[in-house]
Amino acid sequence: MSIRDLPVGEVVGLALDGNRRAIGRLLSFVERADSEADEITELTHDRAGGAHIVGITGAPGAGKSTLTGQLTRLLPELGFRPAVLAVDPSSPLTGGAILGDRIRMDTIAGKSVFIRSVATRGHAGGLALSVPGCVRVFDAAGFDPVIIETVGVGQVEVDVVGAADTTVVVVNPGWGDAVQANKAGLLEVADVFVINKADRPGANDTRRDLELMLDLSHVSGLEDDTGYRPPIIMTTATEGDGVADVWAAVVAHREHLTTSGQLAVRRAERFRYEVASRVEEQLRSTAASAIAAADISGTHSPTQVAAEITNRLIGN
Amino acid sequence: MPDTPATDHKIRIVLAKLGLDGHDRGIKVVARILRDAGMEVIYLGLRQTTDSIVAAAEQEDADAIGLSMHNAGHLTLAPAMLAALDQADLEIPVIIGGIVPDDDAEALLSAGIAAVLGPGAPADQVVAAVRNSLAS
Repeated sequence: MSIRDLPVGEVVGLALDGNRRAIGRLLSFVERADSEADEITELTHDRAGGAHIVGITGAPGAGKSTLTGQLTRLLPELGFRPAVLAVDPSSPLTGGAILGDRIRMDTIAGKSVFIRSVATRGHAGGLALSVPGCVRVFDAAGFDPVIIETVGVGQVEVDVVGAADTTVVVVNPGWGDAVQANKAGLLEVADVFVINKADRPGANDTRRDLELMLDLSHVSGLEDDTGYRPPIIMTTATEGDGVADVWAAVVAHREHLTTSGQLAVRRAERFRYEVASRVEEQLRSTAASAIAAADISGTHSPTQVAAEITNRLIGN
Repeated sequence: MPDTPATDHKIRIVLAKLGLDGHDRGIKVVARILRDAGMEVIYLGLRQTTDSIVAAAEQEDADAIGLSMHNAGHLTLAPAMLAALDQADLEIPVIIGGIVPDDDAEALLSAGIAAVLGPGAPADQVVAAVRNSLAS
């Protein structure tokens, strides 16, 4: 009997026993937000919470997939069983996607590693729901760490990856001066900085710019009040250089989270973020048909039309 | 922005070059055609093995597998792929694209390959071959 024909409860059972086909199936349900997705959440929620969630983000081409691939080769040697959620954008025009992260991971990654490619699928709310759901499935199935890899463009992508226990931001030499470093909201979520392609000219300049930015966080009082300062690691991921140092920095950050009590705080924030995303998604889909039927003749102002719909929906 | 319904079942297809054939222009065109038809293409690229394709198909919960072959290895490699899927208990249709003589195409289809697409196959034929392979 094919796994496609089994009831979802039995598929969860198989997945928790480590059946990879079953895990792959559950991730599809969660991603599609099928009716089964809620049942999967109920069945996996209690089993999850053990895994260290690591976000890896940065600009396109920075080397996120290559670094992730190298980590998934290193980690099994250290006794870990990692899973990777690799997020790539869907085309806004056709809804299709080319998910190519495996190209850079497969040849490097060990056989015990589970890699799943996820497309952003159009609307922003979708990713905010599917990523925590997929992470929960991996976590419940015993994978640790769970690595979320995503391009750091778009607020939802940054939010999702920033909600990890440890967020690694990958930049490259020549990527921008100190002013750029201060502009980019991405940098504020970093727990570990990686300057990848560090064999290229300008790596030390980039390092100096990042150090200056961190110094300025201290001056402006935005610094982490537990005294944690994100380390800057130099890597050449294609060669594997510096990859062990990246993992050591991730582990050190995790220890800091535990000893400072920040782990519980972050996880509570993540929990709230997921609740908020679900409520917003529910409201968004509830409002969609009313918005489609809205009076757009121009007789009433947009503010008036919106107020009328909102009042009707939430019963004020 | 078009808002796809959350329950919309996107077709997920794994595309790969099986073996040591380095001609990947065609498969890149096919990847783009399928993306533009709204599918999610998990692109594995060059030098894949039957094992790596089976692993990707499991992890990605693929609906179909597309293999590109331009080095006359199809009569060996395609049946090997089917055997590997069978071994892993995966019922996933396999579509072959590339340089396949007509007689060989017949042999592949009777061996269980879902469709064989030759050079110059128009985009709608490529898309239809994937959709039809899922229906059967």
